[in-house]
Amino acid sequence: MNAKKNPGMYYLQRTLFYLLVVVIAFYLLFPFFWALLTSFKRAGDLFLLPLQFITAPFTLSNYAQVLANPAFQRALLFSLIVAVGAVAVSLLIGSFAAYSLGRFRFRGKATILYIILGVSVFPQIAVLGGLFTVIRAGGVYNNPIGLIFSYLIFTIPFTVWVLTSFVRDIPGELEEAALMDGATPLQTLFRVLFPVMTPALVTTGLLAFINCWNEYLFALTFMSSNRTVPVVIANYSGASQYDQPWGPIMAASIVVTVPLIALVLYFQRNIVSGLTAGAVKG
Amino acid sequence: MTKITAGPPATAPVRRRGIESARARQAVWLLLPTLIAIAIVAGFPLYRTIYYSLFDANLTSPDQAKFVGLHNFWFTTEDGIGIGFLQDPKWWGAVKNTLLFTVVSVALETVLGMIIALVVNSAFKGRAFMRTAMLVPWAIPTVVSAQMWAYMYNDSFGLIGRGVLGGQALLADNSTAIWALIAVDVWKTTSFMALLILAGLQSLPSDMYEAADMDGASKWTQYWRLTLPLLRPALLVALVFRSLDALRVFDVMYVMLGPNNAAQTSMTGYARLALIDNSLLGVGSAVAVAIFLIIMVIVVAYVTAFRVRFD
Repeated sequence: MNAKKNPGMYYLQRTLFYLLVVVIAFYLLFPFFWALLTSFKRAGDLFLLPLQFITAPFTLSNYAQVLANPAFQRALLFSLIVAVGAVAVSLLIGSFAAYSLGRFRFRGKATILYIILGVSVFPQIAVLGGLFTVIRAGGVYNNPIGLIFSYLIFTIPFTVWVLTSFVRDIPGELEEAALMDGATPLQTLFRVLFPVMTPALVTTGLLAFINCWNEYLFALTFMSSNRTVPVVIANYSGASQYDQPWGPIMAASIVVTVPLIALVLYFQRNIVSGLTAGAVKG
Repeated sequence: MTKITAGPPATAPVRRRGIESARARQAVWLLLPTLIAIAIVAGFPLYRTIYYSLFDANLTSPDQAKFVGLHNFWFTTEDGIGIGFLQDPKWWGAVKNTLLFTVVSVALETVLGMIIALVVNSAFKGRAFMRTAMLVPWAIPTVVSAQMWAYMYNDSFGLIGRGVLGGQALLADNSTAIWALIAVDVWKTTSFMALLILAGLQSLPSDMYEAADMDGASKWTQYWRLTLPLLRPALLVALVFRSLDALRVFDVMYVMLGPNNAAQTSMTGYARLALIDNSLLGVGSAVAVAIFLIIMVIVVAYVTAFRVRFD
């Protein structure tokens, strides 16, 4: 329409629009690109001016150094254990709750839903001291079990809310047939609803996994030597505060981030639907 | 979300009621693990935090706590020295900085997120690429983005610190540090805002815009008269969640500034310094209670002022 009326104006608008697109893409991607570039540069080259820096030779030494670092290896392992553990527990008991809240009628259901939503707006700091004493008393300080347990405070409300809305969307006939055949609620849940809910479980699990993988405050407080990756990356230090080994820090950051980005890009569609369900409903 | 109704209708036949009550009992069993978990990880610790806020307690020996009432909050010694955290200018500095951080970064994220969402929502070559690019900052762990930016801000290596500003240490100066941190948060979370707004935009009916085109309404008028009002619910929910996240900010400050400066820049940082680094379980808990109350007041204010609905 515009093109016919006034071609000059149209092309000007298109050009400005693409310029905006380029600016946005640059803004979103450049810091990550710069970190990626730095992770492949030698320590001595970090002093170079930007143009010389870009053309300076590539090296894998930062990655070799980081991956050979036993503290970093342990952190990767602990992060994996903690995130997988917290996601598994919250998907399991969260799906019980979601099934109950999405399908059954009983008194006080609305109250329970609001309590669960209320927990997700809790500032973590409000429970930090109390949780610390609970974890100490339970003998799980510096133990992945303690951290898995503490992560339930944000993974459970999230999984329950998102899964409840998914359960509501599943047609009731499926489940009624199972009930007619005399299946117990647990059998119905595992045999009938779980297969239908697989995409929802994957999405919810992935988002919860990302949250656990990134969590810093609890990881910093409830683990002393068994650190997770965010804590190790935050504390990756050289001889002094003024001697930060930026190359290895950026390499470690890339190692920790690339799998997440790969997962997110692969599950792009699910992520967007899960995020909106999670953000709008809990 | 569908309407929630509690209990069967009063006139239900007896047999039906039998099934309903059996189902209600089953529902309770299915909910039990979640309720127990929430009670242990949220309910009980919150109660303990409130409890310890009234005690003079040390983290290493919490059993020797001594009841002091509200002294952790406000107490002046005989020598006229204020000990309560509410008498500490550092706390008020942290409150001021956190509020500034929240207001500015959420406002910038909303505007930038809206621009990005509108761009990505229109048809052009490379839209698929842009949608993918949008997810990148969001997928990066906060600690990693904090380190990436700390590196760029660095006064002897950094692109911004050395390159743009000629060796000025942004993070070392309190007056510039807060703006530098806001920039990091905006970069990291604008994507999230843009994603939520984009999802809202895509749920708007397209025939409405066709009708508006017919009537000769300009794009500008369409945006202010159609898009924005219809987007309001999605936008408000996004705003509430981003504001709450910003109010409890911790990672960025702690990683980029260290424990001591983080205590003057974020409320959570102040609480953690008292609670864990200084082992003052009583004072730290009192601060945590204050943060909890501040956040709850803001939630209630938001929900009542904008009539946000979550169901």
